[in-house]
Amino acid sequence: MTENYLELTIGAVFVYNFVLTRFLGICPFLGVSKKIETALGMAGAVVFVMTLASFCTSVIYHYLLHNEALAAKGINLGFLQLIIFILIIAGLVQVVEIILQKLSPKLYSALGIYLPLITTNCAVLGVATINANVGRAVLPSTVFAFFSGLGFGLALLMFASLREKLDLAEVPKVFQGMAIALITAGILAMAFMGFAGLC
Amino acid sequence: MMCNILSQIDTSLLVAVVLMALIGLLLGLIIGIVAKLFKVETDPRIELVTSLLPNANCGGCGRAGCADFAKAVVAGEVAPNQCPASSQETVSAIAKALGIEASTSFKKVAVVLCGGDKNQTKNWTLYNGVSDCRSAMLIAGGPKACSYGCLGMASCVRACPFGAIEIINGLAIVHSEKCVGCGKCVATCPRKLIKLVPAGSKVHVYCNNPEKGPAKKKYCNVPCLGCRKCDKNAPGKFKFEGFHAIVDYEAAEQPTLQDLDTIKCPTNCLLSAQEHLAIEENNPDHLEKSSANAESK
Repeated sequence: MTENYLELTIGAVFVYNFVLTRFLGICPFLGVSKKIETALGMAGAVVFVMTLASFCTSVIYHYLLHNEALAAKGINLGFLQLIIFILIIAGLVQVVEIILQKLSPKLYSALGIYLPLITTNCAVLGVATINANVGRAVLPSTVFAFFSGLGFGLALLMFASLREKLDLAEVPKVFQGMAIALITAGILAMAFMGFAGLC
Repeated sequence: MMCNILSQIDTSLLVAVVLMALIGLLLGLIIGIVAKLFKVETDPRIELVTSLLPNANCGGCGRAGCADFAKAVVAGEVAPNQCPASSQETVSAIAKALGIEASTSFKKVAVVLCGGDKNQTKNWTLYNGVSDCRSAMLIAGGPKACSYGCLGMASCVRACPFGAIEIINGLAIVHSEKCVGCGKCVATCPRKLIKLVPAGSKVHVYCNNPEKGPAKKKYCNVPCLGCRKCDKNAPGKFKFEGFHAIVDYEAAEQPTLQDLDTIKCPTNCLLSAQEHLAIEENNPDHLEKSSANAESK
Protein backbone atom coordinates (compact mmCIF):
# COMPACT_ATOMS: atom_id res chain seq x y z
CA MET A 1 0.00 0.00 0.00
CA THR A 2 1.48 3.34 -0.98
CA GLU A 3 1.11 6.09 1.55
CA ASN A 4 0.74 9.77 1.00
CA TYR A 5 3.53 11.05 3.22
CA LEU A 6 2.41 14.63 2.77
CA GLU A 7 -0.81 13.70 4.49
CA LEU A 8 1.05 11.84 7.19
CA THR A 9 3.33 14.78 8.00
CA ILE A 10 1.86 18.18 7.17
CA GLY A 11 -1.63 16.75 7.44
CA ALA A 12 -1.01 15.34 10.91
CA VAL A 13 0.35 18.61 12.20
CA PHE A 14 -2.10 21.08 10.68
CA VAL A 15 -5.08 19.58 8.94
CA TYR A 16 -5.87 16.77 11.31
CA ASN A 17 -4.34 18.38 14.39
CA PHE A 18 -5.13 16.13 17.32
CA VAL A 19 -6.22 18.79 19.72
CA LEU A 20 -7.69 21.46 17.52
CA THR A 21 -9.37 19.39 14.83
CA ARG A 22 -9.94 15.97 16.32
CA PHE A 23 -10.47 17.24 19.88
CA LEU A 24 -8.42 14.49 21.45
CA GLY A 25 -6.11 15.08 24.39
CA ILE A 26 -8.02 18.11 25.64
CA CYS A 27 -7.21 17.31 29.26
CA PRO A 28 -3.46 18.00 29.11
CA PHE A 29 -4.16 20.76 26.58
CA LEU A 30 -6.09 22.67 29.24
CA GLY A 31 -4.23 21.31 32.24
CA VAL A 32 -0.56 21.83 31.47
CA SER A 33 -0.77 24.95 29.36
CA LYS A 34 -0.32 27.60 32.02
CA LYS A 35 3.41 27.96 31.42
CA ILE A 36 5.43 27.56 28.23
CA GLU A 37 8.08 25.64 30.13
CA THR A 38 5.76 22.89 31.34
CA ALA A 39 3.99 22.87 27.98
CA LEU A 40 7.29 22.10 26.30
CA GLY A 41 7.95 19.26 28.72
CA MET A 42 4.53 17.80 28.13
CA ALA A 43 4.86 18.17 24.35
CA GLY A 44 8.18 16.35 24.42
CA ALA A 45 6.71 13.53 26.46
CA VAL A 46 3.72 13.21 24.15
CA VAL A 47 5.82 13.07 20.98
CA PHE A 48 8.01 10.45 22.59
CA VAL A 49 5.23 8.24 23.92
CA MET A 50 3.02 8.59 20.83
CA THR A 51 5.77 7.49 18.48
CA LEU A 52 6.83 4.57 20.62
CA ALA A 53 3.30 3.46 21.42
CA SER A 54 2.19 3.64 17.80
CA PHE A 55 5.10 1.57 16.68
CA CYS A 56 4.37 -1.14 19.23
CA THR A 57 0.61 -1.16 18.73
CA SER A 58 0.86 -1.31 14.96
CA VAL A 59 3.27 -4.24 15.25
CA ILE A 60 0.78 -5.96 17.54
CA TYR A 61 -2.06 -5.06 15.20
CA HIS A 62 -0.44 -6.47 12.10
CA TYR A 63 1.31 -9.51 13.48
CA LEU A 64 -0.98 -10.64 16.26
CA LEU A 65 -4.52 -9.32 15.95
CA HIS A 66 -4.67 -9.66 12.18
CA ASN A 67 -2.37 -12.63 11.82
CA GLU A 68 -3.30 -14.51 8.68
CA ALA A 69 -2.31 -17.87 10.10
CA LEU A 70 -4.70 -17.40 12.99
CA ALA A 71 -7.43 -15.99 10.76
CA ALA A 72 -7.17 -19.05 8.56
CA LYS A 73 -8.02 -21.18 11.58
CA GLY A 74 -11.12 -19.08 12.12
CA ILE A 75 -9.78 -17.22 15.10
CA ASN A 76 -10.35 -13.50 14.78
CA LEU A 77 -8.87 -11.44 17.58
CA GLY A 78 -9.81 -8.03 16.18
CA PHE A 79 -12.23 -7.41 19.03
CA LEU A 80 -9.34 -7.41 21.50
CA GLN A 81 -7.82 -4.35 19.84
CA LEU A 82 -8.82 -1.68 22.36
CA ILE A 83 -8.00 -3.56 25.51
CA ILE A 84 -4.66 -4.78 24.19
CA PHE A 85 -3.71 -1.30 23.02
CA ILE A 86 -4.45 0.16 26.45
CA LEU A 87 -2.49 -2.59 28.15
CA ILE A 88 0.49 -2.23 25.84
CA ILE A 89 0.63 1.54 26.08
CA ALA A 90 0.35 1.56 29.86
CA GLY A 91 3.00 -1.10 30.26
CA LEU A 92 5.27 0.58 27.75
CA VAL A 93 5.13 3.97 29.45
CA GLN A 94 5.86 2.33 32.76
CA VAL A 95 8.93 0.58 31.39
CA VAL A 96 10.16 3.70 29.62
CA GLU A 97 9.76 5.69 32.82
CA ILE A 98 11.83 3.23 34.82
CA ILE A 99 14.57 3.04 32.20
CA LEU A 100 14.64 6.80 31.78
CA GLN A 101 15.03 7.31 35.50
CA LYS A 102 18.13 5.18 35.50
CA LEU A 103 19.78 6.16 32.24
CA SER A 104 18.98 9.83 31.98
CA PRO A 105 17.94 11.44 35.26
CA LYS A 106 17.98 14.82 33.55
CA LEU A 107 15.48 13.81 30.90
CA TYR A 108 13.49 12.02 33.59
CA SER A 109 13.18 15.13 35.70
CA ALA A 110 12.10 17.05 32.59
CA LEU A 111 9.56 14.51 31.32
CA GLY A 112 9.10 12.36 34.41
CA ILE A 113 6.08 14.01 35.92
CA TYR A 114 4.28 14.07 32.59
CA LEU A 115 4.86 10.47 31.64
CA PRO A 116 2.30 8.92 34.04
CA LEU A 117 -0.13 11.63 32.95
CA ILE A 118 -0.20 10.36 29.38
CA THR A 119 -0.26 6.62 30.03
CA THR A 120 -3.91 6.50 29.24
CA ASN A 121 -4.19 9.76 27.37
CA CYS A 122 -6.84 9.60 24.67
CA ALA A 123 -4.57 11.23 22.09
CA VAL A 124 -2.03 8.44 22.44
CA LEU A 125 -4.69 5.77 22.24
CA GLY A 126 -6.34 7.78 19.46
CA VAL A 127 -3.27 7.61 17.23
CA ALA A 128 -3.07 3.86 17.68
CA THR A 129 -6.77 3.39 16.96
CA ILE A 130 -6.77 5.67 13.91
CA ASN A 131 -3.78 3.82 12.50
CA ALA A 132 -5.51 0.51 13.09
CA ASN A 133 -8.79 1.65 11.54
CA VAL A 134 -7.07 2.86 8.41
CA GLY A 135 -4.94 -0.27 8.35
CA ARG A 136 -1.66 1.59 8.03
CA ALA A 137 1.57 -0.34 7.86
CA VAL A 138 4.12 -0.07 10.66
CA LEU A 139 6.40 2.61 9.20
CA PRO A 140 3.69 5.06 8.06
CA SER A 141 1.97 4.54 11.40
CA THR A 142 5.09 5.55 13.29
CA VAL A 143 5.68 8.57 11.05
CA PHE A 144 2.05 9.62 11.44
CA ALA A 145 2.28 9.27 15.23
CA PHE A 146 5.46 11.31 15.42
CA PHE A 147 3.95 14.16 13.44
CA SER A 148 0.68 13.94 15.32
CA GLY A 149 2.71 14.38 18.48
CA LEU A 150 4.38 17.41 16.95
CA GLY A 151 0.96 18.78 16.08
CA PHE A 152 -0.15 18.27 19.66
CA GLY A 153 2.99 20.03 20.85
CA LEU A 154 2.40 22.93 18.47
CA ALA A 155 -1.15 23.39 19.69
CA LEU A 156 -0.08 23.13 23.32
CA LEU A 157 2.75 25.61 22.86
CA MET A 158 0.57 28.13 21.04
CA PHE A 159 -2.09 27.85 23.68
CA ALA A 160 0.42 28.16 26.52
CA SER A 161 1.95 31.31 25.07
CA LEU A 162 -1.52 32.76 24.54
CA ARG A 163 -2.40 32.00 28.13
CA GLU A 164 0.79 33.62 29.39
CA LYS A 165 -0.22 36.76 27.50
CA LEU A 166 -3.75 36.47 28.83
CA ASP A 167 -2.42 36.53 32.38
CA LEU A 168 -1.24 40.06 31.75
CA ALA A 169 -4.34 41.20 29.90
CA GLU A 170 -7.29 42.86 31.51
CA VAL A 171 -10.03 40.28 31.22
CA PRO A 172 -13.63 41.10 32.15
CA LYS A 173 -14.52 39.52 35.46
CA VAL A 174 -17.00 36.98 34.07
CA PHE A 175 -14.45 35.65 31.59
CA GLN A 176 -11.54 35.36 33.97
CA GLY A 177 -9.65 32.12 34.39
CA MET A 178 -10.82 28.97 32.64
CA ALA A 179 -13.61 30.74 30.74
CA ILE A 180 -11.29 32.88 28.66
CA ALA A 181 -8.97 29.89 28.23
CA LEU A 182 -11.80 27.86 26.70
CA ILE A 183 -12.82 30.72 24.43
CA THR A 184 -9.23 31.06 23.29
CA ALA A 185 -9.04 27.33 22.62
CA GLY A 186 -12.21 27.58 20.56
CA ILE A 187 -10.86 30.42 18.45
CA LEU A 188 -7.61 28.51 17.96
CA ALA A 189 -9.59 25.48 16.81
CA MET A 190 -11.57 27.61 14.36
CA ALA A 191 -8.31 28.99 12.98
CA PHE A 192 -7.02 25.47 12.44
CA MET A 193 -10.23 24.55 10.60
CA GLY A 194 -8.88 26.86 7.91
CA PHE A 195 -6.37 24.17 6.98
CA ALA A 196 -9.15 21.74 6.05
CA GLY A 197 -8.84 20.46 2.50
CA LEU A 198 -5.14 21.28 2.28
CA CYS A 199 -4.23 17.65 1.80
CA MET B 1 -24.15 -26.87 12.97
CA MET B 2 -24.93 -25.66 16.46
CA CYS B 3 -22.05 -27.61 17.79
CA ASN B 4 -19.76 -26.11 15.20
CA ILE B 5 -20.59 -22.52 16.19
CA LEU B 6 -20.18 -23.34 19.85
CA SER B 7 -16.78 -24.83 19.35
CA GLN B 8 -15.76 -21.84 17.28
CA ILE B 9 -16.85 -19.43 20.00
CA ASP B 10 -15.04 -21.59 22.45
CA THR B 11 -11.72 -21.44 20.62
CA SER B 12 -11.99 -17.66 20.07
CA LEU B 13 -12.90 -17.14 23.69
CA LEU B 14 -10.19 -19.44 24.88
CA VAL B 15 -7.55 -17.84 22.69
CA ALA B 16 -8.64 -14.36 23.78
CA VAL B 17 -8.53 -15.20 27.48
CA VAL B 18 -5.22 -17.01 27.22
CA LEU B 19 -3.76 -14.26 25.08
CA MET B 20 -4.79 -11.51 27.47
CA ALA B 21 -3.45 -13.46 30.41
CA LEU B 22 -0.20 -14.07 28.56
CA ILE B 23 0.22 -10.46 27.55
CA GLY B 24 -0.57 -9.32 31.06
CA LEU B 25 1.88 -11.77 32.51
CA LEU B 26 4.54 -10.85 29.98
CA LEU B 27 4.14 -7.13 30.59
CA GLY B 28 4.21 -7.69 34.33
CA LEU B 29 7.35 -9.75 34.00
CA ILE B 30 9.02 -7.17 31.76
CA ILE B 31 8.17 -4.35 34.13
CA GLY B 32 9.36 -6.40 37.07
CA ILE B 33 12.66 -7.29 35.42
CA VAL B 34 13.23 -3.77 34.14
CA ALA B 35 12.46 -2.34 37.57
CA LYS B 36 15.02 -4.70 39.08
CA LEU B 37 17.63 -4.06 36.40
CA PHE B 38 17.25 -0.32 36.32
CA LYS B 39 16.65 0.21 39.97
CA VAL B 40 17.71 3.63 41.13
CA GLU B 41 18.89 3.63 44.70
CA THR B 42 17.02 6.41 46.38
CA ASP B 43 17.19 7.42 49.98
CA PRO B 44 14.36 5.55 51.72
CA ARG B 45 13.95 8.53 54.01
CA ILE B 46 12.76 10.62 51.05
CA GLU B 47 9.83 8.29 50.57
CA LEU B 48 9.15 8.27 54.28
CA VAL B 49 9.07 12.06 54.47
CA THR B 50 6.94 12.25 51.33
CA SER B 51 4.39 9.94 52.88
CA LEU B 52 4.25 12.12 55.99
CA LEU B 53 3.77 15.35 54.06
CA PRO B 54 0.28 16.53 53.06
CA ASN B 55 1.02 15.58 49.42
CA ALA B 56 -1.18 18.35 48.16
CA ASN B 57 1.67 19.48 45.87
CA CYS B 58 0.64 23.08 46.49
CA GLY B 59 4.09 24.50 45.84
CA GLY B 60 3.79 26.82 48.85
CA CYS B 61 7.30 25.89 49.95
CA GLY B 62 8.69 27.05 46.62
CA ARG B 63 9.64 23.53 45.53
CA ALA B 64 8.22 21.43 42.71
CA GLY B 65 5.81 19.39 44.76
CA CYS B 66 5.97 17.45 48.00
CA ALA B 67 8.46 14.86 46.75
CA ASP B 68 10.94 17.57 45.85
CA PHE B 69 10.45 19.20 49.23
CA ALA B 70 11.02 15.86 50.95
CA LYS B 71 14.26 15.50 49.01
CA ALA B 72 15.42 18.91 50.19
CA VAL B 73 14.43 18.15 53.79
CA VAL B 74 16.39 14.91 53.79
CA ALA B 75 19.35 16.70 52.23
CA GLY B 76 19.13 19.20 55.07
CA GLU B 77 18.58 22.14 52.73
CA VAL B 78 15.31 23.20 54.28
CA ALA B 79 13.61 22.64 57.59
CA PRO B 80 10.46 20.51 57.76
CA ASN B 81 8.58 23.50 59.11
CA GLN B 82 9.05 25.28 55.77
CA CYS B 83 5.99 23.45 54.50
CA PRO B 84 3.18 25.95 54.97
CA ALA B 85 0.49 23.28 54.70
CA SER B 86 1.85 21.05 57.45
CA SER B 87 0.50 21.24 60.96
CA GLN B 88 2.86 21.31 63.91
CA GLU B 89 2.22 17.57 64.46
CA THR B 90 3.25 16.73 60.90
CA VAL B 91 6.40 18.81 61.21
CA SER B 92 7.40 17.15 64.46
CA ALA B 93 6.59 13.71 63.03
CA ILE B 94 8.93 14.38 60.10
CA ALA B 95 11.58 15.79 62.39
CA LYS B 96 11.28 12.75 64.63
CA ALA B 97 11.53 10.39 61.68
CA LEU B 98 14.71 12.09 60.54
CA GLY B 99 16.10 12.46 64.04
CA ILE B 100 16.42 16.22 63.98
CA GLU B 101 15.03 18.86 66.30
CA ALA B 102 11.72 20.09 65.02
CA SER B 103 12.24 23.80 65.00
CA THR B 104 15.02 24.98 67.28
CA SER B 105 17.93 23.77 65.23
CA PHE B 106 16.60 24.79 61.88
CA LYS B 107 14.27 27.68 62.43
CA LYS B 108 15.26 30.81 60.65
CA VAL B 109 13.99 34.29 61.12
CA ALA B 110 14.31 37.36 58.99
CA VAL B 111 16.27 40.36 60.15
CA VAL B 112 16.50 43.77 58.50
CA LEU B 113 20.16 44.64 58.58
CA CYS B 114 19.86 48.41 58.88
CA GLY B 115 19.80 50.66 61.91
CA GLY B 116 19.37 53.91 60.04
CA ASP B 117 15.94 55.16 61.01
CA LYS B 118 14.72 58.55 59.81
CA ASN B 119 16.61 60.37 62.58
CA GLN B 120 19.88 58.55 62.11
CA THR B 121 20.32 58.60 58.35
CA LYS B 122 19.88 61.59 56.08
CA ASN B 123 17.85 61.76 52.94
CA TRP B 124 19.53 63.36 49.98
CA THR B 125 16.31 64.39 48.32
CA LEU B 126 12.58 64.58 48.75
CA TYR B 127 10.41 61.76 47.50
CA ASN B 128 6.75 62.30 46.83
CA GLY B 129 6.03 59.19 44.82
CA VAL B 130 4.18 56.03 45.66
CA SER B 131 5.10 54.84 49.12
CA ASP B 132 6.69 51.60 48.04
CA CYS B 133 10.36 50.71 48.25
CA ARG B 134 10.46 49.18 44.81
CA SER B 135 8.87 52.22 43.20
CA ALA B 136 11.21 54.52 45.07
CA MET B 137 14.21 52.47 43.96
CA LEU B 138 13.28 53.12 40.34
CA ILE B 139 13.58 56.87 40.79
CA ALA B 140 17.28 57.63 41.21
CA GLY B 141 17.61 54.80 43.70
CA GLY B 142 15.35 56.25 46.36
CA PRO B 143 15.55 59.25 48.67
CA LYS B 144 17.87 57.81 51.29
CA ALA B 145 21.43 59.12 51.23
CA CYS B 146 22.72 55.65 52.07
CA SER B 147 22.13 53.60 48.97
CA TYR B 148 22.18 50.36 50.97
CA GLY B 149 19.89 51.26 53.86
CA CYS B 150 16.24 50.60 54.58
CA LEU B 151 13.89 52.89 52.66
CA GLY B 152 11.13 52.31 55.19
CA MET B 153 8.24 52.32 52.72
CA ALA B 154 6.88 49.04 53.96
CA SER B 155 7.14 46.83 50.89
CA CYS B 156 8.25 44.03 53.20
CA VAL B 157 5.44 44.77 55.65
CA ARG B 158 2.92 44.24 52.86
CA ALA B 159 4.74 41.12 51.67
CA CYS B 160 4.74 39.47 55.09
CA PRO B 161 1.79 37.06 55.42
CA PHE B 162 2.23 36.88 59.18
CA GLY B 163 2.34 40.55 60.13
CA ALA B 164 5.78 40.13 61.61
CA ILE B 165 7.34 43.31 60.22
CA GLU B 166 6.66 46.77 61.49
CA ILE B 167 7.89 50.16 60.33
CA ILE B 168 9.12 52.13 63.30
CA ASN B 169 10.61 55.56 62.70
CA GLY B 170 10.94 54.86 59.02
CA LEU B 171 12.80 51.61 59.58
CA ALA B 172 11.53 48.10 59.02
CA ILE B 173 11.92 45.88 62.06
CA VAL B 174 11.11 42.18 62.24
CA HIS B 175 9.34 40.89 65.31
CA SER B 176 11.22 37.64 65.44
CA GLU B 177 8.64 35.88 67.61
CA LYS B 178 6.06 36.25 64.82
CA CYS B 179 8.44 35.46 61.96
CA VAL B 180 8.29 31.94 60.50
CA GLY B 181 11.18 32.45 58.10
CA CYS B 182 9.20 32.09 54.88
CA GLY B 183 11.51 34.50 53.09
CA LYS B 184 8.81 36.51 51.29
CA CYS B 185 10.25 39.78 52.58
CA VAL B 186 13.75 38.75 51.49
CA ALA B 187 12.51 38.40 47.94
CA THR B 188 10.60 41.68 48.08
CA CYS B 189 13.23 44.03 49.48
CA PRO B 190 14.76 45.87 46.51
CA ARG B 191 17.88 46.65 48.54
CA LYS B 192 18.41 43.04 49.56
CA LEU B 193 19.09 43.93 53.16
CA ILE B 194 16.75 41.44 54.77
CA LYS B 195 18.47 38.22 55.66
CA LEU B 196 17.24 34.88 56.95
CA VAL B 197 19.36 34.04 59.97
CA PRO B 198 19.26 31.18 62.46
CA ALA B 199 16.72 31.95 65.16
CA GLY B 200 19.42 31.21 67.73
CA SER B 201 21.55 34.19 66.71
CA LYS B 202 20.60 37.11 68.86
CA VAL B 203 23.21 39.64 67.79
CA HIS B 204 23.38 41.30 64.39
CA VAL B 205 25.36 44.02 62.67
CA TYR B 206 22.69 46.50 61.71
CA CYS B 207 24.45 47.85 58.66
CA ASN B 208 24.52 46.63 55.09
CA ASN B 209 26.74 49.25 53.49
CA PRO B 210 30.14 47.97 52.28
CA GLU B 211 31.61 51.43 51.68
CA LYS B 212 34.42 52.95 53.75
CA GLY B 213 33.58 54.18 57.25
CA PRO B 214 34.23 57.93 56.78
CA ALA B 215 32.04 57.97 53.66
CA LYS B 216 29.16 56.41 55.58
CA LYS B 217 29.70 58.72 58.54
CA LYS B 218 28.69 61.68 56.32
CA TYR B 219 25.07 60.60 56.10
CA CYS B 220 24.52 58.08 58.85
CA ASN B 221 25.00 58.17 62.60
CA VAL B 222 24.98 54.41 63.11
CA PRO B 223 27.06 52.81 60.34
CA CYS B 224 29.51 49.97 60.68
CA LEU B 225 32.88 51.71 60.42
CA GLY B 226 34.77 48.54 59.67
CA CYS B 227 37.00 49.08 62.75
CA ARG B 228 37.19 45.33 63.34
CA LYS B 229 36.78 45.84 67.07
CA CYS B 230 34.21 43.07 67.06
CA ASP B 231 36.54 40.67 65.26
CA LYS B 232 39.36 41.39 67.71
CA ASN B 233 37.23 40.88 70.80
CA ALA B 234 35.26 37.90 69.55
CA PRO B 235 37.44 36.22 66.93
CA GLY B 236 35.88 33.83 64.46
CA LYS B 237 32.36 35.10 64.90
CA PHE B 238 32.40 37.82 62.26
CA LYS B 239 33.32 38.11 58.65
CA PHE B 240 33.91 41.13 56.48
CA GLU B 241 32.42 42.13 53.19
CA GLY B 242 33.91 45.27 51.77
CA PHE B 243 34.38 47.51 54.79
CA HIS B 244 31.58 46.28 56.98
CA ALA B 245 31.30 43.45 59.43
CA ILE B 246 28.70 40.70 59.22
CA VAL B 247 27.91 38.15 61.87
CA ASP B 248 29.16 34.83 60.50
CA TYR B 249 25.87 32.96 60.68
CA GLU B 250 27.48 29.74 59.52
CA ALA B 251 30.10 29.78 62.27
CA ALA B 252 29.79 27.22 65.04
CA GLU B 253 29.52 29.91 67.67
CA GLN B 254 27.37 32.97 67.31
CA PRO B 255 28.19 36.20 69.15
CA THR B 256 26.42 36.32 72.51
CA LEU B 257 25.02 39.14 74.57
CA GLN B 258 28.18 38.97 76.74
CA ASP B 259 30.28 39.53 73.64
CA LEU B 260 28.37 42.76 73.08
CA ASP B 261 29.66 44.14 76.38
CA THR B 262 33.28 43.29 75.67
CA ILE B 263 33.17 44.54 72.09
CA LYS B 264 31.56 47.92 72.77
CA CYS B 265 30.75 48.80 69.17
CA PRO B 266 31.69 52.48 68.75
CA THR B 267 28.71 53.35 66.55
CA ASN B 268 26.25 51.02 68.25
CA CYS B 269 25.41 49.23 65.04
CA LEU B 270 26.24 45.87 66.59
CA LEU B 271 23.19 45.18 68.68
CA SER B 272 21.02 42.40 69.93
CA ALA B 273 17.66 42.21 68.24
CA GLN B 274 15.90 43.17 71.46
CA GLU B 275 18.08 46.22 72.00
CA HIS B 276 17.53 47.28 68.43
CA LEU B 277 13.78 47.03 68.82
CA ALA B 278 13.91 48.78 72.19
CA ILE B 279 15.94 51.69 70.81
CA GLU B 280 13.41 52.30 68.04
CA GLU B 281 10.37 51.80 70.24
CA ASN B 282 11.65 54.12 72.94
CA ASN B 283 12.38 56.84 70.45
CA PRO B 284 10.41 59.93 71.55
CA ASP B 285 8.83 60.25 68.10
CA HIS B 286 7.49 56.74 68.21
CA LEU B 287 6.26 57.03 71.80
CA GLU B 288 4.39 60.19 70.93
CA LYS B 289 2.77 58.56 67.96
CA SER B 290 1.76 55.37 69.72
CA SER B 291 0.30 57.27 72.69
CA ALA B 292 -1.65 59.41 70.23
CA ASN B 293 -2.88 56.21 68.63
CA ALA B 294 -3.89 54.80 72.01
CA GLU B 295 -5.82 57.95 72.82
CA SER B 296 -7.66 57.97 69.55
CA LYS B 297 -8.67 54.37 70.15
